[in-house]
Amino acid sequence: MKRFGFLSWALLFGYAFLYVPIALLVVFSFNESRLVTVWSGFSTKWYAELLHNDALLDAAFLSFQVAAVSATLSVLLGTCAGLALTRFGRFRGRTLFGGMITAPLVMPEVITGLSLLLLFVAMEQWLGWPDGRGVTTITIAHTTFTMSYVAVVIQSRLAGMDGSLEEAAMDLGARPAKVFFVITLPLIAPALVAGWLLAFTLSLDDVVVASFVSGPGSTTLPMVIFSSVKFGISPQINALATLMVLVVATGIFVASIVMARQERQRKRDEQMAIQNG
Amino acid sequence: MRTVVSVLVSGLSRIGLWGRGVVVAIPYLWLLLFFMVPFLIVFGISFSESIIAQPPYSSLVEWLTDEDAGTSKLQILLNISNYFRLGGDDLYILAYLNSLRIAAVTTLMCLAIGYPMAYAIAKADPARRGPLMMLVILPFWTSFLIRIYAWIGILKGNGVISNLLEWVGITSGPVEILYSDWAVYIGMTYCYLPFMVLPLYSTLEKMDPSLLEAAADLGSRPFKSFLSITLPLSLPGIIAGSLLVFIPAVGEFVTPELLGGPDTLMIGRVLWNEFFANRDWPVASAVAIALLLVLVVPIMIFQHVQGKQAEAGR
Repeated sequence: MKRFGFLSWALLFGYAFLYVPIALLVVFSFNESRLVTVWSGFSTKWYAELLHNDALLDAAFLSFQVAAVSATLSVLLGTCAGLALTRFGRFRGRTLFGGMITAPLVMPEVITGLSLLLLFVAMEQWLGWPDGRGVTTITIAHTTFTMSYVAVVIQSRLAGMDGSLEEAAMDLGARPAKVFFVITLPLIAPALVAGWLLAFTLSLDDVVVASFVSGPGSTTLPMVIFSSVKFGISPQINALATLMVLVVATGIFVASIVMARQERQRKRDEQMAIQNG
Repeated sequence: MRTVVSVLVSGLSRIGLWGRGVVVAIPYLWLLLFFMVPFLIVFGISFSESIIAQPPYSSLVEWLTDEDAGTSKLQILLNISNYFRLGGDDLYILAYLNSLRIAAVTTLMCLAIGYPMAYAIAKADPARRGPLMMLVILPFWTSFLIRIYAWIGILKGNGVISNLLEWVGITSGPVEILYSDWAVYIGMTYCYLPFMVLPLYSTLEKMDPSLLEAAADLGSRPFKSFLSITLPLSLPGIIAGSLLVFIPAVGEFVTPELLGGPDTLMIGRVLWNEFFANRDWPVASAVAIALLLVLVVPIMIFQHVQGKQAEAGR
Protein backbone atom coordinates (compact mmCIF):
# COMPACT_ATOMS: atom_id res chain seq x y z
CA MET A 1 0.00 0.00 0.00
CA LYS A 2 1.62 3.17 -1.19
CA ARG A 3 -0.39 5.80 0.60
CA PHE A 4 -2.88 5.91 3.39
CA GLY A 5 -5.83 5.90 1.00
CA PHE A 6 -9.48 4.97 1.14
CA LEU A 7 -8.82 1.26 1.64
CA SER A 8 -6.61 1.78 4.68
CA TRP A 9 -9.18 4.08 6.24
CA ALA A 10 -11.91 1.52 5.53
CA LEU A 11 -9.82 -1.20 7.16
CA LEU A 12 -9.07 0.99 10.16
CA PHE A 13 -12.75 1.88 10.52
CA GLY A 14 -13.72 -1.80 10.28
CA TYR A 15 -11.29 -2.86 12.99
CA ALA A 16 -12.29 0.05 15.21
CA PHE A 17 -15.94 -0.93 14.76
CA LEU A 18 -15.08 -4.52 15.75
CA TYR A 19 -12.80 -3.81 18.70
CA VAL A 20 -13.81 -0.53 20.38
CA PRO A 21 -17.00 -1.97 21.94
CA ILE A 22 -15.06 -4.90 23.41
CA ALA A 23 -12.31 -2.59 24.69
CA LEU A 24 -14.88 -0.33 26.37
CA LEU A 25 -16.48 -3.37 27.96
CA VAL A 26 -13.14 -4.40 29.46
CA VAL A 27 -12.27 -0.87 30.64
CA PHE A 28 -15.57 -0.34 32.42
CA SER A 29 -15.32 -3.69 34.21
CA PHE A 30 -12.67 -1.99 36.39
CA ASN A 31 -14.92 0.97 37.10
CA GLU A 32 -15.66 1.83 40.73
CA SER A 33 -19.18 3.12 40.04
CA ARG A 34 -22.29 1.10 39.43
CA LEU A 35 -23.03 3.41 36.51
CA VAL A 36 -21.22 1.47 33.85
CA THR A 37 -20.56 4.34 31.46
CA VAL A 38 -19.22 7.02 33.80
CA TRP A 39 -15.65 6.53 35.00
CA SER A 40 -15.15 7.14 38.71
CA GLY A 41 -12.01 5.27 39.68
CA PHE A 42 -10.25 1.92 39.43
CA SER A 43 -11.67 -1.05 41.29
CA THR A 44 -11.71 -4.81 41.08
CA LYS A 45 -14.71 -5.23 43.35
CA TRP A 46 -17.01 -6.47 40.57
CA TYR A 47 -14.68 -9.43 40.04
CA ALA A 48 -14.87 -10.23 43.75
CA GLU A 49 -18.66 -10.00 43.62
CA LEU A 50 -18.69 -12.27 40.60
CA LEU A 51 -16.91 -14.98 42.56
CA HIS A 52 -19.67 -14.95 45.17
CA ASN A 53 -22.54 -15.15 42.69
CA ASP A 54 -23.48 -18.81 43.14
CA ALA A 55 -26.30 -18.89 40.58
CA LEU A 56 -23.92 -17.61 37.94
CA LEU A 57 -21.11 -20.01 38.86
CA ASP A 58 -23.48 -23.01 38.79
CA ALA A 59 -24.76 -21.95 35.38
CA ALA A 60 -21.19 -21.51 34.12
CA PHE A 61 -20.27 -25.01 35.33
CA LEU A 62 -23.33 -26.51 33.62
CA SER A 63 -22.57 -24.64 30.40
CA PHE A 64 -18.98 -25.85 30.32
CA GLN A 65 -20.17 -29.44 30.81
CA VAL A 66 -22.74 -29.20 28.03
CA ALA A 67 -20.26 -27.46 25.70
CA ALA A 68 -17.53 -30.05 26.27
CA VAL A 69 -19.80 -33.06 25.71
CA SER A 70 -21.63 -31.61 22.71
CA ALA A 71 -18.38 -30.40 21.09
CA THR A 72 -16.91 -33.90 21.42
CA LEU A 73 -20.03 -35.55 19.99
CA SER A 74 -20.23 -33.07 17.15
CA VAL A 75 -16.57 -33.64 16.23
CA LEU A 76 -17.29 -37.39 16.01
CA LEU A 77 -20.43 -36.89 13.92
CA GLY A 78 -19.03 -34.00 11.90
CA THR A 79 -15.89 -35.95 10.96
CA CYS A 80 -18.01 -38.83 9.67
CA ALA A 81 -20.14 -36.37 7.72
CA GLY A 82 -17.14 -34.53 6.30
CA LEU A 83 -15.54 -37.81 5.23
CA ALA A 84 -18.75 -39.00 3.61
CA LEU A 85 -19.15 -35.78 1.64
CA THR A 86 -15.58 -35.57 0.35
CA ARG A 87 -14.28 -39.13 0.06
CA PHE A 88 -17.24 -41.38 -0.72
CA GLY A 89 -18.21 -40.05 -4.13
CA ARG A 90 -21.91 -40.36 -4.84
CA PHE A 91 -24.13 -42.43 -2.59
CA ARG A 92 -27.84 -42.80 -2.22
CA GLY A 93 -29.40 -39.77 -0.53
CA ARG A 94 -26.27 -37.61 -0.83
CA THR A 95 -28.24 -34.53 -1.92
CA LEU A 96 -30.49 -34.71 1.13
CA PHE A 97 -27.47 -35.34 3.33
CA GLY A 98 -25.61 -32.31 1.94
CA GLY A 99 -28.72 -30.21 2.43
CA MET A 100 -29.13 -31.31 6.04
CA ILE A 101 -25.48 -30.40 6.68
CA THR A 102 -25.63 -26.88 5.24
CA ALA A 103 -29.15 -25.85 6.28
CA PRO A 104 -28.39 -25.57 10.04
CA LEU A 105 -25.64 -23.04 9.23
CA VAL A 106 -28.22 -20.42 8.33
CA MET A 107 -31.36 -21.73 10.05
CA PRO A 108 -32.81 -19.08 12.41
CA GLU A 109 -32.29 -20.21 15.99
CA VAL A 110 -35.93 -19.78 16.97
CA ILE A 111 -36.93 -22.41 14.41
CA THR A 112 -34.23 -24.88 15.51
CA GLY A 113 -35.18 -24.39 19.14
CA LEU A 114 -38.92 -24.74 18.64
CA SER A 115 -38.64 -27.77 16.36
CA LEU A 116 -36.28 -29.64 18.70
CA LEU A 117 -38.47 -28.91 21.69
CA LEU A 118 -41.54 -30.25 19.88
CA LEU A 119 -39.55 -33.37 18.94
CA PHE A 120 -38.52 -33.96 22.56
CA VAL A 121 -42.10 -33.48 23.75
CA ALA A 122 -43.41 -35.89 21.11
CA MET A 123 -40.70 -38.46 21.90
CA GLU A 124 -41.51 -38.28 25.59
CA GLN A 125 -45.17 -38.91 24.77
CA TRP A 126 -44.49 -41.90 22.51
CA LEU A 127 -41.30 -43.43 23.90
CA GLY A 128 -41.11 -42.11 27.45
CA TRP A 129 -37.68 -40.68 26.68
CA PRO A 130 -36.22 -38.13 27.30
CA ASP A 131 -37.74 -37.93 30.77
CA GLY A 132 -38.36 -34.22 31.02
CA ARG A 133 -35.98 -31.65 29.67
CA GLY A 134 -32.57 -30.66 30.95
CA VAL A 135 -28.88 -31.24 30.38
CA THR A 136 -29.43 -34.18 28.00
CA THR A 137 -31.80 -32.33 25.70
CA ILE A 138 -29.60 -29.19 25.62
CA THR A 139 -26.59 -31.37 24.77
CA ILE A 140 -28.43 -33.13 21.92
CA ALA A 141 -29.70 -29.81 20.55
CA HIS A 142 -26.25 -28.23 20.64
CA THR A 143 -24.66 -31.27 19.03
CA THR A 144 -27.18 -31.08 16.20
CA PHE A 145 -26.54 -27.48 15.23
CA THR A 146 -22.77 -27.44 15.91
CA MET A 147 -22.00 -30.63 13.95
CA SER A 148 -22.75 -28.79 10.71
CA TYR A 149 -20.03 -26.26 11.44
CA VAL A 150 -17.57 -29.06 12.29
CA ALA A 151 -18.52 -30.94 9.11
CA VAL A 152 -17.87 -27.85 6.98
CA VAL A 153 -14.47 -27.27 8.64
CA ILE A 154 -13.46 -30.93 8.14
CA GLN A 155 -14.86 -30.97 4.62
CA SER A 156 -12.80 -27.96 3.52
CA ARG A 157 -9.66 -29.42 5.10
CA LEU A 158 -10.21 -32.77 3.32
CA ALA A 159 -11.03 -31.08 0.02
CA GLY A 160 -7.87 -29.01 0.17
CA MET A 161 -5.78 -32.06 1.03
CA ASP A 162 -3.92 -34.20 -1.45
CA GLY A 163 -5.58 -37.63 -1.62
CA SER A 164 -2.47 -39.35 -3.02
CA LEU A 165 -1.12 -40.39 0.40
CA GLU A 166 -4.36 -42.22 1.14
CA GLU A 167 -4.36 -43.83 -2.28
CA ALA A 168 -0.73 -44.93 -1.88
CA ALA A 169 -1.56 -46.58 1.45
CA MET A 170 -4.56 -48.33 -0.12
CA ASP A 171 -2.39 -49.54 -3.00
CA LEU A 172 0.05 -50.97 -0.48
CA GLY A 173 -2.79 -53.02 0.93
CA ALA A 174 -3.87 -51.07 4.01
CA ARG A 175 -7.50 -51.51 4.98
CA PRO A 176 -9.70 -48.37 4.79
CA ALA A 177 -9.97 -48.17 8.58
CA LYS A 178 -6.21 -48.37 8.95
CA VAL A 179 -5.68 -45.73 6.25
CA PHE A 180 -8.06 -43.44 8.13
CA PHE A 181 -6.39 -43.83 11.52
CA VAL A 182 -2.77 -43.82 10.33
CA ILE A 183 -2.87 -41.31 7.44
CA THR A 184 -6.04 -39.21 7.33
CA LEU A 185 -6.60 -38.59 11.03
CA PRO A 186 -3.16 -37.09 11.77
CA LEU A 187 -3.46 -34.90 8.67
CA ILE A 188 -6.85 -33.48 9.62
CA ALA A 189 -5.96 -33.14 13.33
CA PRO A 190 -5.71 -29.32 13.16
CA ALA A 191 -9.20 -29.19 11.63
CA LEU A 192 -10.48 -31.48 14.40
CA VAL A 193 -9.08 -29.11 17.02
CA ALA A 194 -10.50 -26.07 15.23
CA GLY A 195 -13.88 -27.80 14.84
CA TRP A 196 -13.97 -28.78 18.51
CA LEU A 197 -13.16 -25.23 19.62
CA LEU A 198 -15.77 -23.81 17.25
CA ALA A 199 -18.46 -26.20 18.50
CA PHE A 200 -17.50 -25.50 22.12
CA THR A 201 -17.77 -21.73 21.59
CA LEU A 202 -21.07 -21.97 19.73
CA SER A 203 -22.54 -24.12 22.47
CA LEU A 204 -21.28 -21.79 25.20
CA ASP A 205 -22.83 -18.87 23.35
CA ASP A 206 -26.31 -20.17 22.63
CA VAL A 207 -29.26 -18.67 24.47
CA VAL A 208 -32.20 -19.18 22.10
CA VAL A 209 -32.07 -22.93 21.47
CA ALA A 210 -31.17 -23.62 25.12
CA SER A 211 -34.14 -21.55 26.33
CA PHE A 212 -36.50 -23.74 24.30
CA VAL A 213 -35.10 -27.14 25.24
CA SER A 214 -34.01 -26.58 28.85
CA GLY A 215 -36.08 -27.56 31.82
CA PRO A 216 -36.35 -26.39 35.40
CA GLY A 217 -33.00 -26.59 37.17
CA SER A 218 -30.93 -26.54 34.00
CA THR A 219 -30.14 -22.90 33.38
CA THR A 220 -27.10 -22.26 31.22
CA LEU A 221 -24.72 -19.31 31.55
CA PRO A 222 -26.06 -17.43 28.49
CA MET A 223 -29.58 -17.77 29.86
CA VAL A 224 -28.47 -16.15 33.15
CA ILE A 225 -26.63 -13.37 31.28
CA PHE A 226 -29.60 -12.79 28.98
CA SER A 227 -32.10 -12.40 31.79
CA SER A 228 -29.84 -10.07 33.78
CA VAL A 229 -29.00 -7.96 30.71
CA LYS A 230 -32.73 -7.55 30.02
CA PHE A 231 -33.06 -5.75 33.33
CA GLY A 232 -30.25 -3.34 32.45
CA ILE A 233 -26.49 -3.30 32.55
CA SER A 234 -24.46 -4.32 35.55
CA PRO A 235 -20.68 -4.08 36.11
CA GLN A 236 -20.65 -7.76 37.12
CA ILE A 237 -21.55 -8.73 33.56
CA ASN A 238 -18.68 -6.53 32.35
CA ALA A 239 -16.30 -8.40 34.66
CA LEU A 240 -17.63 -11.74 33.41
CA ALA A 241 -17.30 -10.60 29.81
CA THR A 242 -13.71 -9.53 30.40
CA LEU A 243 -12.86 -12.95 31.82
CA MET A 244 -14.51 -14.65 28.83
CA VAL A 245 -12.63 -12.45 26.36
CA LEU A 246 -9.40 -13.22 28.20
CA VAL A 247 -10.02 -16.99 28.08
CA VAL A 248 -10.92 -16.90 24.39
CA ALA A 249 -7.94 -14.74 23.45
CA THR A 250 -5.54 -17.03 25.34
CA GLY A 251 -7.10 -20.15 23.86
CA ILE A 252 -6.92 -18.87 20.30
CA PHE A 253 -3.37 -17.62 20.80
CA VAL A 254 -2.12 -20.96 22.18
CA ALA A 255 -4.02 -22.98 19.56
CA SER A 256 -2.67 -20.93 16.66
CA ILE A 257 0.92 -21.22 17.93
CA VAL A 258 0.60 -24.99 18.38
CA MET A 259 -1.01 -25.41 14.95
CA ALA A 260 1.60 -23.24 13.22
CA ARG A 261 4.36 -25.29 14.84
CA GLN A 262 2.73 -28.59 13.80
CA GLU A 263 2.27 -27.31 10.27
CA ARG A 264 5.98 -26.37 10.06
CA GLN A 265 6.98 -29.77 11.46
CA ARG A 266 4.77 -31.55 8.93
CA LYS A 267 6.22 -29.53 6.04
CA ARG A 268 9.75 -30.35 7.26
CA ASP A 269 8.88 -34.06 7.51
CA GLU A 270 7.45 -34.06 4.01
CA GLN A 271 10.56 -32.33 2.66
CA MET A 272 12.77 -34.88 4.40
CA ALA A 273 10.72 -37.73 3.01
CA ILE A 274 10.99 -36.32 -0.51
CA GLN A 275 14.75 -35.80 -0.20
CA ASN A 276 15.37 -39.23 1.27
CA GLY A 277 13.03 -40.96 -1.13
CA MET B 1 -16.71 -61.80 23.43
CA ARG B 2 -14.35 -61.45 20.51
CA THR B 3 -16.23 -64.01 18.46
CA VAL B 4 -19.53 -62.26 19.19
CA VAL B 5 -18.07 -58.99 17.92
CA SER B 6 -16.58 -60.58 14.81
CA VAL B 7 -19.83 -62.36 14.00
CA LEU B 8 -21.67 -59.09 14.46
CA VAL B 9 -19.21 -57.22 12.24
CA SER B 10 -19.30 -59.79 9.46
CA GLY B 11 -23.09 -59.89 9.69
CA LEU B 12 -23.32 -56.16 9.43
CA SER B 13 -20.83 -55.97 6.60
CA ARG B 14 -22.80 -58.58 4.67
CA ILE B 15 -25.78 -56.24 4.64
CA GLY B 16 -23.54 -53.27 3.84
CA LEU B 17 -23.78 -51.61 7.22
CA TRP B 18 -20.14 -51.72 8.20
CA GLY B 19 -17.19 -49.57 7.19
CA ARG B 20 -18.31 -46.86 4.83
CA GLY B 21 -21.96 -47.55 5.51
CA VAL B 22 -21.60 -46.87 9.22
CA VAL B 23 -19.62 -43.69 8.62
CA VAL B 24 -22.45 -42.30 6.51
CA ALA B 25 -25.29 -43.82 8.53
CA ILE B 26 -24.43 -42.37 11.94
CA PRO B 27 -24.51 -38.65 11.02
CA TYR B 28 -27.30 -39.34 8.52
CA LEU B 29 -29.59 -40.92 11.09
CA TRP B 30 -28.72 -38.25 13.66
CA LEU B 31 -29.69 -35.47 11.24
CA LEU B 32 -32.84 -37.26 10.10
CA LEU B 33 -33.98 -37.69 13.69
CA PHE B 34 -32.94 -34.33 15.12
CA PHE B 35 -33.20 -32.06 12.09
CA MET B 36 -35.67 -33.48 9.57
CA VAL B 37 -38.29 -35.15 11.77
CA PRO B 38 -38.64 -32.04 14.03
CA PHE B 39 -39.70 -29.97 10.99
CA LEU B 40 -42.40 -32.49 10.15
CA ILE B 41 -43.62 -32.32 13.76
CA VAL B 42 -43.68 -28.50 13.65
CA PHE B 43 -45.63 -28.73 10.40
CA GLY B 44 -48.07 -31.17 12.01
CA ILE B 45 -48.58 -29.13 15.17
CA SER B 46 -49.19 -25.97 13.14
CA PHE B 47 -52.49 -27.65 12.17
CA SER B 48 -53.56 -28.51 15.69
CA GLU B 49 -55.55 -26.53 18.21
CA SER B 50 -54.25 -24.86 21.33
CA ILE B 51 -55.72 -26.52 24.43
CA ILE B 52 -55.07 -26.29 28.13
CA ALA B 53 -53.24 -29.53 28.74
CA GLN B 54 -49.80 -31.04 28.90
CA PRO B 55 -48.55 -30.71 26.09
CA PRO B 56 -50.77 -27.75 25.12
CA TYR B 57 -51.97 -28.85 21.68
CA SER B 58 -54.69 -31.12 20.39
CA SER B 59 -53.93 -34.40 18.69
CA LEU B 60 -54.44 -34.45 14.93
CA VAL B 61 -55.32 -38.10 14.68
CA GLU B 62 -58.02 -39.75 16.72
CA TRP B 63 -59.33 -43.30 16.78
CA LEU B 64 -63.07 -43.14 17.46
CA THR B 65 -65.06 -46.20 18.40
CA ASP B 66 -68.81 -46.10 18.26
CA GLU B 67 -70.02 -48.71 20.77
CA ASP B 68 -73.64 -48.76 19.57
CA ALA B 69 -72.96 -49.10 15.88
CA GLY B 70 -69.98 -51.34 16.55
CA THR B 71 -67.82 -49.38 14.15
CA SER B 72 -64.66 -47.47 14.63
CA LYS B 73 -63.13 -44.77 12.52
CA LEU B 74 -59.88 -42.89 12.20
CA GLN B 75 -60.46 -39.17 12.37
CA ILE B 76 -57.90 -36.66 11.24
CA LEU B 77 -58.57 -33.06 12.23
CA LEU B 78 -56.65 -30.36 10.42
CA ASN B 79 -57.15 -26.93 11.89
CA ILE B 80 -56.07 -24.28 9.39
CA SER B 81 -57.26 -21.33 11.47
CA ASN B 82 -53.69 -20.71 12.69
CA TYR B 83 -52.67 -19.79 9.18
CA PHE B 84 -55.76 -17.64 8.66
CA ARG B 85 -54.79 -15.82 11.82
CA LEU B 86 -51.33 -15.11 10.42
CA GLY B 87 -52.77 -13.80 7.16
CA GLY B 88 -55.59 -11.83 8.74
CA ASP B 89 -53.77 -10.05 11.54
CA ASP B 90 -51.75 -6.95 10.66
CA LEU B 91 -49.36 -7.67 13.53
CA TYR B 92 -47.96 -10.78 11.87
CA ILE B 93 -47.75 -9.30 8.38
CA LEU B 94 -46.05 -6.22 9.80
CA ALA B 95 -43.60 -8.38 11.73
CA TYR B 96 -42.68 -10.34 8.58
CA LEU B 97 -42.19 -7.18 6.52
CA ASN B 98 -40.21 -5.55 9.32
CA SER B 99 -37.95 -8.60 9.63
CA LEU B 100 -37.26 -8.58 5.91
CA ARG B 101 -36.51 -4.85 5.98
CA ILE B 102 -34.21 -5.05 9.01
CA ALA B 103 -32.37 -8.06 7.58
CA ALA B 104 -31.95 -6.29 4.23
CA VAL B 105 -30.57 -3.11 5.83
CA THR B 106 -28.22 -5.20 7.99
CA THR B 107 -26.99 -7.06 4.91
CA LEU B 108 -26.35 -3.80 3.04
CA MET B 109 -24.51 -2.30 6.03
CA CYS B 110 -22.36 -5.45 6.37
CA LEU B 111 -21.59 -5.24 2.65
CA ALA B 112 -20.71 -1.53 2.87
CA ILE B 113 -18.27 -2.08 5.75
CA GLY B 114 -17.16 -5.61 4.84
CA TYR B 115 -16.39 -5.23 1.14
CA PRO B 116 -13.70 -2.52 1.51
CA MET B 117 -12.22 -4.51 4.43
CA ALA B 118 -12.08 -7.77 2.48
CA TYR B 119 -10.70 -5.94 -0.54
CA ALA B 120 -7.98 -4.21 1.49
CA ILE B 121 -6.97 -7.48 3.16
CA ALA B 122 -6.87 -9.35 -0.17
CA LYS B 123 -4.64 -6.60 -1.56
CA ALA B 124 -2.33 -6.56 1.46
CA ASP B 125 1.05 -8.22 1.62
CA PRO B 126 0.51 -12.05 1.59
CA ALA B 127 2.34 -12.45 4.90
CA ARG B 128 -0.03 -9.99 6.58
CA ARG B 129 -3.27 -11.41 5.18
CA GLY B 130 -3.50 -14.27 7.70
CA PRO B 131 -3.17 -12.10 10.82
CA LEU B 132 -5.49 -9.43 9.35
CA MET B 133 -8.19 -12.07 8.68
CA MET B 134 -7.60 -13.51 12.14
CA LEU B 135 -8.41 -10.08 13.58
CA VAL B 136 -11.73 -10.09 11.72
CA ILE B 137 -12.71 -13.56 12.97
CA LEU B 138 -11.50 -13.14 16.55
CA PRO B 139 -14.55 -11.19 17.83
CA PHE B 140 -16.73 -14.01 16.50
CA TRP B 141 -15.15 -16.30 19.09
CA THR B 142 -16.23 -14.09 21.98
CA SER B 143 -19.80 -14.45 23.13
CA PHE B 144 -22.51 -13.07 20.86
CA LEU B 145 -24.54 -11.97 23.89
CA ILE B 146 -21.57 -10.13 25.35
CA ARG B 147 -21.03 -8.28 22.08
CA ILE B 148 -24.67 -7.17 22.00
CA TYR B 149 -24.39 -6.21 25.65
CA ALA B 150 -21.36 -4.03 24.88
CA TRP B 151 -23.53 -1.88 22.61
CA ILE B 152 -26.10 -1.20 25.33
CA GLY B 153 -23.50 0.82 27.26
CA ILE B 154 -22.49 2.66 24.10
CA LEU B 155 -25.92 3.51 22.69
CA LYS B 156 -28.01 4.32 25.76
CA GLY B 157 -28.83 7.83 26.89
CA ASN B 158 -25.85 8.96 29.04
CA GLY B 159 -23.89 6.21 27.28
CA VAL B 160 -20.55 6.55 25.53
CA ILE B 161 -21.86 8.08 22.27
CA SER B 162 -24.27 10.37 24.08
CA ASN B 163 -21.52 11.66 26.40
CA LEU B 164 -19.12 12.08 23.50
CA LEU B 165 -21.61 14.14 21.48
CA GLU B 166 -22.36 16.30 24.49
CA TRP B 167 -18.65 16.78 25.23
CA VAL B 168 -17.92 17.84 21.65
CA GLY B 169 -20.83 20.22 21.84
CA ILE B 170 -23.05 18.80 19.10
CA THR B 171 -25.89 18.05 21.46
CA SER B 172 -26.87 19.61 24.75
CA GLY B 173 -28.63 16.69 26.43
CA PRO B 174 -28.46 12.91 26.52
CA VAL B 175 -29.13 11.18 23.21
CA GLU B 176 -30.90 7.86 23.31
CA ILE B 177 -30.13 5.61 20.35
CA LEU B 178 -30.87 2.43 22.28
CA TYR B 179 -34.33 0.87 21.89
CA SER B 180 -34.73 1.97 18.28
CA ASP B 181 -34.42 0.36 14.84
CA TRP B 182 -31.01 2.00 14.44
CA ALA B 183 -29.67 0.25 17.52
CA VAL B 184 -30.83 -3.05 16.02
CA TYR B 185 -29.15 -2.28 12.68
CA ILE B 186 -25.87 -1.43 14.42
CA GLY B 187 -25.94 -4.45 16.73
CA MET B 188 -26.80 -6.92 13.97
CA THR B 189 -24.22 -5.45 11.57
CA TYR B 190 -21.66 -5.77 14.34
CA CYS B 191 -22.46 -9.42 15.01
CA TYR B 192 -22.77 -10.58 11.41
CA LEU B 193 -19.83 -8.64 9.88
CA PRO B 194 -17.34 -11.57 10.00
CA PHE B 195 -19.81 -13.76 8.06
CA MET B 196 -19.74 -11.19 5.26
CA VAL B 197 -15.97 -10.59 5.22
CA LEU B 198 -14.99 -14.30 5.14
CA PRO B 199 -16.58 -15.35 1.81
CA LEU B 200 -15.78 -11.97 0.22
CA TYR B 201 -12.13 -12.31 1.15
CA SER B 202 -11.89 -15.86 -0.16
CA THR B 203 -13.21 -14.88 -3.62
CA LEU B 204 -11.20 -11.64 -3.81
CA GLU B 205 -8.01 -13.40 -2.75
CA LYS B 206 -8.33 -15.98 -5.53
CA MET B 207 -8.67 -13.28 -8.20
CA ASP B 208 -5.89 -13.15 -10.77
CA PRO B 209 -4.11 -9.75 -10.46
CA SER B 210 -2.92 -9.96 -14.07
CA LEU B 211 -6.48 -9.17 -15.22
CA LEU B 212 -6.30 -5.77 -13.54
CA GLU B 213 -2.80 -5.19 -14.91
CA ALA B 214 -3.97 -5.98 -18.43
CA ALA B 215 -6.87 -3.55 -18.02
CA ALA B 216 -4.51 -0.86 -16.73
CA ASP B 217 -2.13 -1.45 -19.66
CA LEU B 218 -5.05 -0.98 -22.02
CA GLY B 219 -5.77 2.37 -20.42
CA SER B 220 -8.61 1.54 -18.03
CA ARG B 221 -8.86 3.72 -14.94
CA PRO B 222 -8.65 1.87 -11.59
CA PHE B 223 -12.26 2.65 -10.70
CA LYS B 224 -13.53 1.47 -14.08
CA SER B 225 -11.42 -1.72 -13.78
CA PHE B 226 -12.94 -2.29 -10.37
CA LEU B 227 -16.49 -1.94 -11.68
CA SER B 228 -16.00 -4.06 -14.79
CA ILE B 229 -13.59 -6.73 -13.47
CA THR B 230 -13.31 -7.02 -9.70
CA LEU B 231 -16.96 -6.51 -8.84
CA PRO B 232 -18.39 -9.10 -11.28
CA LEU B 233 -15.71 -11.63 -10.33
CA SER B 234 -16.44 -11.22 -6.63
CA LEU B 235 -20.18 -11.74 -7.17
CA PRO B 236 -20.17 -15.33 -5.79
CA GLY B 237 -18.60 -14.00 -2.59
CA ILE B 238 -21.15 -11.18 -2.39
CA ILE B 239 -24.00 -13.65 -2.81
CA ALA B 240 -22.63 -16.16 -0.28
CA GLY B 241 -21.86 -13.44 2.29
CA SER B 242 -25.21 -11.72 1.85
CA LEU B 243 -27.12 -14.97 2.32
CA LEU B 244 -25.02 -15.91 5.37
CA VAL B 245 -26.08 -12.59 6.91
CA PHE B 246 -29.62 -12.22 5.54
CA ILE B 247 -31.12 -15.64 6.31
CA PRO B 248 -30.31 -15.85 10.03
CA ALA B 249 -30.97 -12.09 10.39
CA VAL B 250 -34.61 -12.50 9.29
CA GLY B 251 -35.26 -14.83 12.24
CA GLU B 252 -33.07 -12.95 14.72
CA PHE B 253 -34.39 -12.77 18.26
CA VAL B 254 -31.70 -11.70 20.75
CA THR B 255 -30.64 -8.40 19.12
CA PRO B 256 -34.11 -6.87 18.65
CA GLU B 257 -35.07 -8.07 22.13
CA LEU B 258 -32.09 -6.39 23.82
CA LEU B 259 -31.42 -3.36 21.60
CA GLY B 260 -34.77 -2.75 19.88
CA GLY B 261 -37.73 -0.80 21.18
CA PRO B 262 -41.11 -2.32 21.93
CA ASP B 263 -42.20 -1.41 18.39
CA THR B 264 -39.19 -3.09 16.74
CA LEU B 265 -41.37 -5.99 15.74
CA MET B 266 -39.52 -8.96 14.28
CA ILE B 267 -40.85 -12.39 13.49
CA GLY B 268 -38.36 -14.11 15.82
CA ARG B 269 -39.74 -12.07 18.69
CA VAL B 270 -43.34 -12.83 17.70
CA LEU B 271 -42.58 -16.58 17.63
CA TRP B 272 -40.86 -16.35 21.03
CA ASN B 273 -43.79 -14.48 22.58
CA GLU B 274 -46.41 -16.84 21.12
CA PHE B 275 -44.47 -19.74 22.58
CA PHE B 276 -43.27 -18.45 25.96
CA ALA B 277 -45.75 -15.68 26.87
CA ASN B 278 -48.99 -16.95 25.27
CA ARG B 279 -48.09 -20.65 25.44
CA ASP B 280 -49.78 -21.04 22.06
CA TRP B 281 -47.64 -23.78 20.54
CA PRO B 282 -49.74 -24.30 17.38
CA VAL B 283 -49.59 -20.60 16.43
CA ALA B 284 -45.84 -20.52 17.20
CA SER B 285 -45.46 -23.54 14.86
CA ALA B 286 -47.47 -21.82 12.12
CA VAL B 287 -45.26 -18.72 12.51
CA ALA B 288 -42.18 -20.96 12.16
CA ILE B 289 -43.55 -22.65 9.02
CA ALA B 290 -44.42 -19.29 7.46
CA LEU B 291 -40.91 -18.04 8.28
CA LEU B 292 -39.42 -21.13 6.66
CA LEU B 293 -41.54 -20.56 3.56
CA VAL B 294 -40.14 -17.04 3.30
CA LEU B 295 -36.59 -18.37 3.71
CA VAL B 296 -36.79 -21.51 1.58
CA VAL B 297 -35.69 -19.80 -1.65
CA PRO B 298 -32.69 -17.97 -0.10
CA ILE B 299 -31.70 -21.20 1.71
CA MET B 300 -31.79 -23.18 -1.54
CA ILE B 301 -29.66 -20.55 -3.29
CA PHE B 302 -27.24 -20.68 -0.36
CA GLN B 303 -26.99 -24.47 -0.60
CA HIS B 304 -26.39 -24.23 -4.33
CA VAL B 305 -23.57 -21.70 -3.83
CA GLN B 306 -22.11 -23.70 -0.93
CA GLY B 307 -22.20 -26.92 -2.96
CA LYS B 308 -20.45 -25.21 -5.87
CA GLN B 309 -17.73 -23.94 -3.56
CA ALA B 310 -17.20 -27.40 -2.12
CA GLU B 311 -16.91 -28.80 -5.66
CA ALA B 312 -14.42 -26.09 -6.63
CA GLY B 313 -12.30 -26.80 -3.57
CA ARG B 314 -11.74 -30.37 -4.66
